[in-house]
Amino acid sequence: MFKDKACIVGIGETPFCRKPGSGLSEMGIQLKAAVAALEDAGLKAAQIDGILPFPNVGKAEAFAASLGCENLRFAATLHMGGAAPVGSLRMAAMAVSSGAADYMMVPGGWNGYSGARVRETAANDVNSIPGGEIARDFYMPFGLTAPPQWYALMARRHMHEYGTTEEQLGAVALAMRKHAQLNPAALMHGKPLTMADYLASPTIASPYRLLDCCVETDGAAAFIVTTVERARDLRQKPVYIMGAAAGQPYPADEITNRADFHRTGLTNAAPEAFRMAGVTPADADFAQIYDCFTFEVIQQLEEAGFCKRGEGGAFVEHGGIELGGRLPVNTHGGLLSQAHVLGIAHVVEAVRQLRGEAGARQVPDAEIGVVTGWGDFGDGSIAVLRR
Amino acid sequence: MSENALPCDKPLPALTGLYGEFYAWCRDRELRFQRCTGCGRYRHVPREICAHCSSMEWEWARSSGRGTVFTWTEVVRALHPAFAAATPYAPVVVEMEEGVRLLSQVVDCVPGELAIGMPVEVDFQPVSDAVTLPIFRRAAAAR
Repeated sequence: MFKDKACIVGIGETPFCRKPGSGLSEMGIQLKAAVAALEDAGLKAAQIDGILPFPNVGKAEAFAASLGCENLRFAATLHMGGAAPVGSLRMAAMAVSSGAADYMMVPGGWNGYSGARVRETAANDVNSIPGGEIARDFYMPFGLTAPPQWYALMARRHMHEYGTTEEQLGAVALAMRKHAQLNPAALMHGKPLTMADYLASPTIASPYRLLDCCVETDGAAAFIVTTVERARDLRQKPVYIMGAAAGQPYPADEITNRADFHRTGLTNAAPEAFRMAGVTPADADFAQIYDCFTFEVIQQLEEAGFCKRGEGGAFVEHGGIELGGRLPVNTHGGLLSQAHVLGIAHVVEAVRQLRGEAGARQVPDAEIGVVTGWGDFGDGSIAVLRR
Repeated sequence: MSENALPCDKPLPALTGLYGEFYAWCRDRELRFQRCTGCGRYRHVPREICAHCSSMEWEWARSSGRGTVFTWTEVVRALHPAFAAATPYAPVVVEMEEGVRLLSQVVDCVPGELAIGMPVEVDFQPVSDAVTLPIFRRAAAAR
């Protein structure tokens, strides 16, 4: 379809912060990241003719007007929560390979710490997620009000069926934290973590402790996609999109009535992406896996085919997903220890690794990398990238 | 956990459309699910059409009220202000004999005693003049 026809040619990120907040508006912080991505690519804003904003944090029209994109031809927002950035990466590849647009900008960011928190948006805005009315009428009256609680139901069931342990969830938190020690931009840089610290952290919604949860962050990131031909004239070594796909669980708008409780959007999307790419999960030199909470990493490793369902717990243990392990995961520290900027930073980190610009956390000779997104009630997206 | 774990300061369903009909039955102390009159399948949450046979004909069929715990989470830190005084509490997914699952709470059981597979049966808890919630207790044989 669009295999190797499109590539990522620019990345941008703002600093990540919590207290006292970014000092910028939600649009302002995203524009800062967008400008950084343009600078990285060696493009002018006027050349951007497609924009795919993250849901609920900004409109394409406002981005175009603010940046000076006078010829916007393609604008859309994927309503897939944290699966949107990688889903948008795929849509951007479709757009440029079909000629619908030449240069696609995918921005995302928020004041996730100093502004409205996810738990507030999820509870107060019925339109913020596709299953909002179901959550309002069938979940919230019973106290199921926020993402860690939704996903804890999945983690608990997985632990019951497959014997996944709390220490295995902890191994995910520890791996992300270890990687953050190699990333000066990470919020948790300089704050190493032990299993004892992890197990002593207070319960939020069992099995999730505080340290199973990502760090709410003020920050933004952006990336730019164009065709392979156009990329030749640009500043950076392109990162090729070998394959990409997105999918939804069934039903996607309601968590409890899934015939296969562990099937997520990634379950069908991952084989499609690998098939398009012509490689297998074993060919990946690293994976940036959307880690809103620890179990979601285990679940996505399984559903993406890095291991069999039920084997994700063992896969992440004993350094399996740390640098030097069988599959380094979230080399930047992820949402858990770098920053939660809606999953866009996972794409940015994948690009850095494939450019060979990841510094102390560089995966040696990284050639192929995978990046995933997870959102709402289990929507999934995945891209297979190469240098 | 006290049996007043769900007082009326909590978020309530909007009582509109088919969702409202579900809760109207609860107010009459009856747990009913949509059952397709085309293929006989039960469904929850309420929807306009049967996803299996596309029939738009259905009835509100009374549930046996019996089910088992499918999964749960113990909320220790409330993430919504209305539940701050209710912690710890446990949202529970119950798998009903009819095959559908619904999110509720088991009100006569502390979270530490919950176990997947535990038999439970429905009861009803009025939380406002208009709203009664379907809640669960341990099944008589299991008490």
